[in-house]
Amino acid sequence: MNINVTLVIQMVVFFAVIWFTMKYIWPQILGAMEEREKKIADGLAAGDRAEKELNQAKAKVETLITEAKEQASHIKDQATQMATKIKDQAKSDALAEKERQLHAAKAEIEQEANRAKEALRQQVSALAIAGTEQLLSKEVDAAKHADLLDDLIKEI
Amino acid sequence: MASGEGGAGGYIEHHLVNHTTQLVEDNSFWTMNTDSVFYTILLAILYIWFFRRVAKKASAGVPSRTQNFLELIIGFIDAQVKDIFHGNSKVVAPLALSIFIWVFLMNFMDLIPVDLLPWLGTLVGIDYMRVVPSTDLNITFGLSFGVMLLVFYYSFTVKKPFALGYFKEFATHPFESPNLLVQMILAIPNIFLNIVETVAKPVSLGLRLFGNMYAGELIFILIAVLTLNYGAADLFSVGGGIMTVSQFLLALVWALFHILIITLQAYIFMMLSIVYLNMAHEQHDSH
Repeated sequence: MNINVTLVIQMVVFFAVIWFTMKYIWPQILGAMEEREKKIADGLAAGDRAEKELNQAKAKVETLITEAKEQASHIKDQATQMATKIKDQAKSDALAEKERQLHAAKAEIEQEANRAKEALRQQVSALAIAGTEQLLSKEVDAAKHADLLDDLIKEI
Repeated sequence: MASGEGGAGGYIEHHLVNHTTQLVEDNSFWTMNTDSVFYTILLAILYIWFFRRVAKKASAGVPSRTQNFLELIIGFIDAQVKDIFHGNSKVVAPLALSIFIWVFLMNFMDLIPVDLLPWLGTLVGIDYMRVVPSTDLNITFGLSFGVMLLVFYYSFTVKKPFALGYFKEFATHPFESPNLLVQMILAIPNIFLNIVETVAKPVSLGLRLFGNMYAGELIFILIAVLTLNYGAADLFSVGGGIMTVSQFLLALVWALFHILIITLQAYIFMMLSIVYLNMAHEQHDSH
């Protein structure tokens, strides 16, 4: 139980151990701990921020959707109106076209009829002349009796 | 197991005598307690190796199991130091960690069966040794005086002006008075009290640890004496059987209880060191 040089040796070793701990153990481990603490804090802060941003984005999306819906219904209304207009226009155009074509057809028919009448008249007059020629047994001078023939044609 | 030459007394003595090496012939101071020095350095190396291994690859990412465990200890000690120590020093926290782990390991040697290491020692020709370094007064005083040296160092450098601040505090605390004359008279008890306190600090610090560990080890040895000199035949006789069972139970209970003591003593040593160092860092306002 004597106090001897062991005490001094122990003291020296003690200081060496403290020095080593101070230099090579404590800062490394505590540093890692503090770094992790900071990381976690940052992570949590980032999480909070992200949540806030998410909420903001959601709200923004909400308004955008509402706006878009409004716009869409507006466009739909416009489109319906336009469609009705176009339909009406087409209807009236079609009616007008129908009218026009009807007129044109009528005119053509009339023209055709007149032309047929004319041809018929000429044929009848030729027939009349031929008939008369036969009746008179002599040739009628077409030139001489042009007036007469014309009268005849008119009568027909 | 134990050599029966001296009976119980011899057995106990055997376990409590240091194996010494005389560095200088016939000089009681220059005698080294080889066993204490060996085990204390071995444990210091164990501590440093274990912690350094983790510190080298300590990462801020997901910690390994070992790192997690060490972080638990370090976080705990860091909290204690921040709680008690208000100065600004890079030394105190590592010092607290060193003390806590190292003293714990020294105390832990107590839980190793009392005869195991000495028996291993006899195999290599060492016929007796003391395995628990903290049952050696030299070791505990080595630690407490080391702490005290740091306390003096910080007392001298932190309390301004250099050294004088410390001595001034010596004379003006704990009793103080605004009256200069009264203060001068009070200086006498102040100085007396402070001298006592200054001496008491390292002595009590070292003795407390030593006393607890020495007593604990002694009880382990006394428990082991129960079946001293028993042969294999005795163990199976009625009386021998009872003794063997009771030795087992006593040793078990004491060991379980001792787990608490060794941790507590390491903790107390660490806390008091922090407290003393904190006192060294406090600058009292001058009156």
